[in-house]
Parts: sequence; C-alpha cells; structure tokens
Amino acid sequence: MKHVDEWRDPTLLRALADRIAREATRSWTLLEVCGGQTHAFVRFGLLELLPPTITMVHGPGCPVCVTPLEVLERARQIALRPEVILCTYGDMLRVPGVHGDLLSARADGADVRIVSSPLEALDLARRSPDRVVVFLAVGFETTAPTTAALIELADREAITNLQVLAAHVRVPPALDALFAPTATANTNVNVNVNANANANTDDTAQTPSDTNARIDGLLAAGHVCTIEGADVYAPLSERFGIPIVVTGFEPVDLLRGVLVCVRRLERGDAGVENAYTRIVRPEGNPLARAAVDRVFAVADVPWRGFGVLPGGGLAIRERFAAHDATRRFALPLVGGTDEPIREPTSCRAADVLRGRLRPLDCPELGGRCTPETPLGAPMVSSEGACAAYFSRRSAHT
Amino acid sequence: MTDDSRDSHGALEAPSLDCPVPFGAYERITLAHGSGGRLAARLVHDVFVTAFDTPELRAAHDAATLAFEGRLAVTTDAFTVSPLFFPGGDLGSLAVHGTVNDLACAGAEPLAMTVAFVLEEGLELSVLSKLVRSLADAARAAGIRVVAGDTKVVERGRGDGVYVACTGLGRVLRPLAPIAPDAIEPGLAILVSGPLGDHGTAVLLARDPRGVEVELVSDAASVWPLARTLLDANVALRCLRDPTRGGLVAVAHELAGTAHTFVLDEASIPVRPEVADVCELLGLDPLHVASEGRLVAFVEAHDADRALALWHASGATDAAIVGTVHPRDVAPVVLRTRLGSTRVLDLPAGEPMPRIC
Repeated sequence: MKHVDEWRDPTLLRALADRIAREATRSWTLLEVCGGQTHAFVRFGLLELLPPTITMVHGPGCPVCVTPLEVLERARQIALRPEVILCTYGDMLRVPGVHGDLLSARADGADVRIVSSPLEALDLARRSPDRVVVFLAVGFETTAPTTAALIELADREAITNLQVLAAHVRVPPALDALFAPTATANTNVNVNVNANANANTDDTAQTPSDTNARIDGLLAAGHVCTIEGADVYAPLSERFGIPIVVTGFEPVDLLRGVLVCVRRLERGDAGVENAYTRIVRPEGNPLARAAVDRVFAVADVPWRGFGVLPGGGLAIRERFAAHDATRRFALPLVGGTDEPIREPTSCRAADVLRGRLRPLDCPELGGRCTPETPLGAPMVSSEGACAAYFSRRSAHT
Repeated sequence: MTDDSRDSHGALEAPSLDCPVPFGAYERITLAHGSGGRLAARLVHDVFVTAFDTPELRAAHDAATLAFEGRLAVTTDAFTVSPLFFPGGDLGSLAVHGTVNDLACAGAEPLAMTVAFVLEEGLELSVLSKLVRSLADAARAAGIRVVAGDTKVVERGRGDGVYVACTGLGRVLRPLAPIAPDAIEPGLAILVSGPLGDHGTAVLLARDPRGVEVELVSDAASVWPLARTLLDANVALRCLRDPTRGGLVAVAHELAGTAHTFVLDEASIPVRPEVADVCELLGLDPLHVASEGRLVAFVEAHDADRALALWHASGATDAAIVGTVHPRDVAPVVLRTRLGSTRVLDLPAGEPMPRIC
C-alpha cells in the first residue's frame, strides 16, 4: 500500500536500528506521547530492534484511556434513552464504564453506532428527524477540529437534533504534569529522585515502582502536531531542557524519531525538531485551530487516572449551547451527585501515564489486571500502554 | 395463479375455505405462513421443495431416512449475515458452504443436510426465493442433498430478515487415520489454502462502503475439494480447520490449546493487497478477519511440500506454508514479523472494531 509499505521497509528499519545503537553512547530514556505510537512500537516489534541503551516509556497520549468515568457513564445513560442514537468512534465502544461498556449498553436497548467521521453523525441526524443523535467526541487536538466543523455545520443548518457530548483533551497540560514534579531531574546528570529512603541508591539501576523515572527526550505526537504545529513545543523544550522530536506512526517514522532525539541528546541539545515533515508543517493548521477556537473554550477537566488537569480539555462555548449534550441531557450521575466516580486504588495509572512506571513492571499486569478485567485507564482501552504491553508480556520471560 | 379476489379498497380478500389461495398474491411472509396451514404448506412446496428437489423432500415425510455405511460425521450451524446478499454469495450459499466446510474439516465427504428457516414477518418472498435457490444451487454444486427442513415465522422486528440453521451429515473418508485437533503435535507444518480475510472484509464493505471504492468479493466456497485432494493423495495430514469467525488467530488459539505454540511467519501468510489496504484503513487485522472458503491444514513436516504442491496443482495457487507447531513456549500463538521481531497474537475480546487511533 502506497505511503505505508515504504515506511515499514525491513532493511531501512534495521539500518536505522544500527545507527541508533552506534550513536547512543550512553543510556537514554525517551517517552513517546501518543498511545498510537506506543501501539506501533509494540505491534511492529520495534522495541526489540532498539539497543539496550534506549529505554522507551509511554506517555498520556491516549484520549480513550483518559476519558473520565463520569463521561462514559453519562454517555451510557444518554444512549439508553429511547429517542437517542449515540454514535462515536469504534475505539470507545469497549471502554468499561461503571456499568459496563457502550457496546453492552446495546444489549440493554441502547442504540449505539460506530462512525468513522463526525459528519456521519450529522447525516444521521438529517435522516432521523424524530431521533436525537448524540456524538460522543473524543480525541486530542487532532480530532477536535472535525468536531468543531460538525457543530458549526449543525448550527448553520439548524439541525437541532444533533448533539455533541464533548470529551476532547489537550496535550500541553498533560506534558506539564509529566515534567513539573521532576523538573530538577531533567539535566544530563543521571539522578533518580526517590521519595523512599530505603531505596536503592545505585543510580544506574532504576527501581521502577518507587522512582520518578527520568525522561531525557520526547517523541511528540505527530498527528496532534499537524494541527498545532511543531513550534508550539518550543517553550516546553526550553523550560525543561529536553529535546522534543515531532514523530510519526509508521515504524520508519518511529525509529527516525528515536535517532533524531538520540543525536540531540548526544550533542547536549534541547530544542524541537520535526521528523515528520511529510505531514507536519511548523505552523500546523491555522484554519483547523481557528475552528476549534470558535467552537470550544479551554476548560479544566478531569482525566481518568490523573485527576483534574487545568486547561486539560475543551468545553463547547455558550454560543453553541444548543448542540451541547450536557445541557440537553442534564442527568444526575451515578449516586445522584456530581462527585467524581472512584476507581480501584491499586491501579497505578497515574504513574504509567507519566512514564514513571512501565507496564511490564506493574505487579498487577496479567494477574488481577487484564484486558477483560482492567483495573484502570491504560488497560481499559486497546490503545492504552498497559493493554499494548499485555500482549507483549508473554514474549518476555 | 389467476385468482385475485380484491375488495372495494383493493385489499386482498381473505381466502375462502374451498378456494386455493393464489400464492403469488402474497409478496411478503406473514404470520400465516408459519402457522402450519395452507399458506405454510404452499410455501414449503412452492419455494423450498421445488428448489431443493430431492427424493427425501418429495416423499414429504416427517423425517428423512438415509442408508449409510461407514463412520458418520455430523455438524450443525446457524447462519445470519447482514447484508443478506454480498459480493460472492448470500445467506443461502453461505449456509451450504459453512456446513460442508465443517464436514470437510472432519475429513468427511458431504452427503446430506437439513435446513431450518426462521423468517421474519414482512420478509419479501422474492428475497426468500432468491436465497433458497442460491442455497439449492450451492448444495448441488457441493454434492450435498437437502433432505429435511423446517420453517418458522416470527413477528416483525424479531428476526433480522432470515436466519438459517443447518445440520450436515458426511462420511469420514479415512476413519482409521482421523484428522482432529488432538492429532496436533510439535513439528507439524501449518498451511493455508489461500488469501485470508476476503469474506469478512467483503461483507463489512457491503454493509457500509464508507466511501471505499474497491471490489472485494467473499471467498465463500466449499473446501471439500481441497480437503479431498490431500486425503486422496494420502498426505500425512493431522488436522484441518476453516478460519471463519475470528480468522486465523481464533483458529490458532483454539487448536494450540495449552500444550503448543504456533509460530506463524508474517511474510508467508497470503493476504490480498486490497484486503490488506481496507483493513489498514479501518484499523483491522486481516489475521482476525473471517474467510469462508479457506482451509488451515496441519501436515507432518516431511509431507508439507507435497501437500502444498497438490494444492497449487489443483488451482489453489496462493496456498502457502505459514508456520510450524512448537511445544508450548510462552503464548499459544506468536508471529514472526517481517522485521524479524516476534509478536504475541492475542485473541481479541470480541468482534474487531474499526478504529481511528
């Protein structure tokens, strides 16, 4: 397949892997932000190709995983209403909420449908004037523009039976949360900030469960950057002194991202570099961003496993309230209050999503926590880092 | 069928007791067709018996009696598909192929089958006729006789159009050398008879093209000729399975059980480029997608090349050796990727969903 196969060429990949092995003179820990990138690393066996000097940890870039339980529960309750057709991306259908997932809500009579584009929801609303079509909108900055387009079109054509349950999230606050607590550790000195007084003080061996894993460099989510641009990461890179490399999703893209990042680290350079130039422009997509600004306002929202992140999400502006599902369906949540729904506390999602705990090092992985019986966010969705590693765990005894 | 009594509103009059109901006057299945009365009898005769045209059905018994010698294989399956008609087949032909293929996997020559139809009130008779004729044609082509059947009608809204349940009977060709899952052991070669995932993706696109402009055709077909080719040549065959729901990965998981690891070689597994592309677009893995006309064969290593050559010679030109059976290592099914790395192939929790991420 054109534009795919070239980026999976085995010879090219082995050459890139060799380069990385030769040029990395010391250990580096890199974090790839996006869940899709995590999956690609695992699916294509790229982690096996990397030399032992390179450690990949995984970031919070899984919008499906971080969708709060409150939103899932709200979506389920809305879907159960007889007049509603709930539609969303396939990724959302098996994320366990409080009473099961949206797919099983169908067995309870909910009309839940998969769409590949938000505009399918609009079409559905036009064709079904006697129903209320609710689009559960998830995703980072990548998908927010198409949701914005959906809302503007519905508004322009006065399609009042189209509603959006918006659960979009934003990358920068998540990266701030990742780095802020360990800001002092991100220098070229290998320091493990360790709250446990009895911990291993050998700074070459990381004890994953209790240390704040050092992150030397970031592979930024390439598709978010098609909208936001590459330059938007410059302040973060400067503040924390780390290189940030805009990286794509095919195997060649990922290894190139690693190589570019390693080269900067070896040179002692921070800064932002775009390694996904065939898709990402430095200025991103201003038209898309303008649409998002017109329709959404930045809001403080809870992230599953993180707590409330200031500026972590998007809320539909007052101007478009007529299409805001939270206003149309003002439902009491589980237990009749708006209190956040509790998750089992043994889940270390917060640490996994911050790259502080590698899924393979979590004691619950494969035991109490499996894709069928997830303890928390990164296992619930097939995109989550823990779910990705679950398949890999058995290849590594 | 010229009787056509209508009242002043143009509605059909209820049939009188001594006048045969003009069958052609009904365009759709109604509850009356399932009630066992005259309409039901006409339906059975005019649609089913006429199409299948077997001595057993014409005998109009409550049960068919068959003469039989040897070892009997029995299988049963229920069939439902949306849409009812798709490129390369329909519910009718699918019912035959699914039944015959299960028999083939037991090394059994197809002999006879039964069909039980559950029809939804409101189903167009023309649709039913088409499906039944398709079933009849597929049965004749596959060499299997429809010897018994049943029809029920359920209320509108409870039926998705049509469901068919079938039981198939066959004669095991090599009763002394049974091919079965428990005959699988380390060292065996794993073969597939052709490109995987054609059926599942064709049906998915037929249901909802999503703007994809590509002609995908289901591979649904009888695999008995493929099985027979190996059996007649006395290939050292241990097990056969058809990779339907859940694809090659599901079959592999079932058969690997707790004692084995199947190591599959990604580069060897045949998948049509169009199928791979559509799966790529939708976020599906062809290894999890159903085929309805393919066989997975477990053959003793020394005979694998001969088995492959026999399949190639018989027209299955894309058949390939795709892996080997090992003693259980760490996971039931493992893939050696094109890059040389190893990936565990887990069984998904349910139906693969098209994804964006």
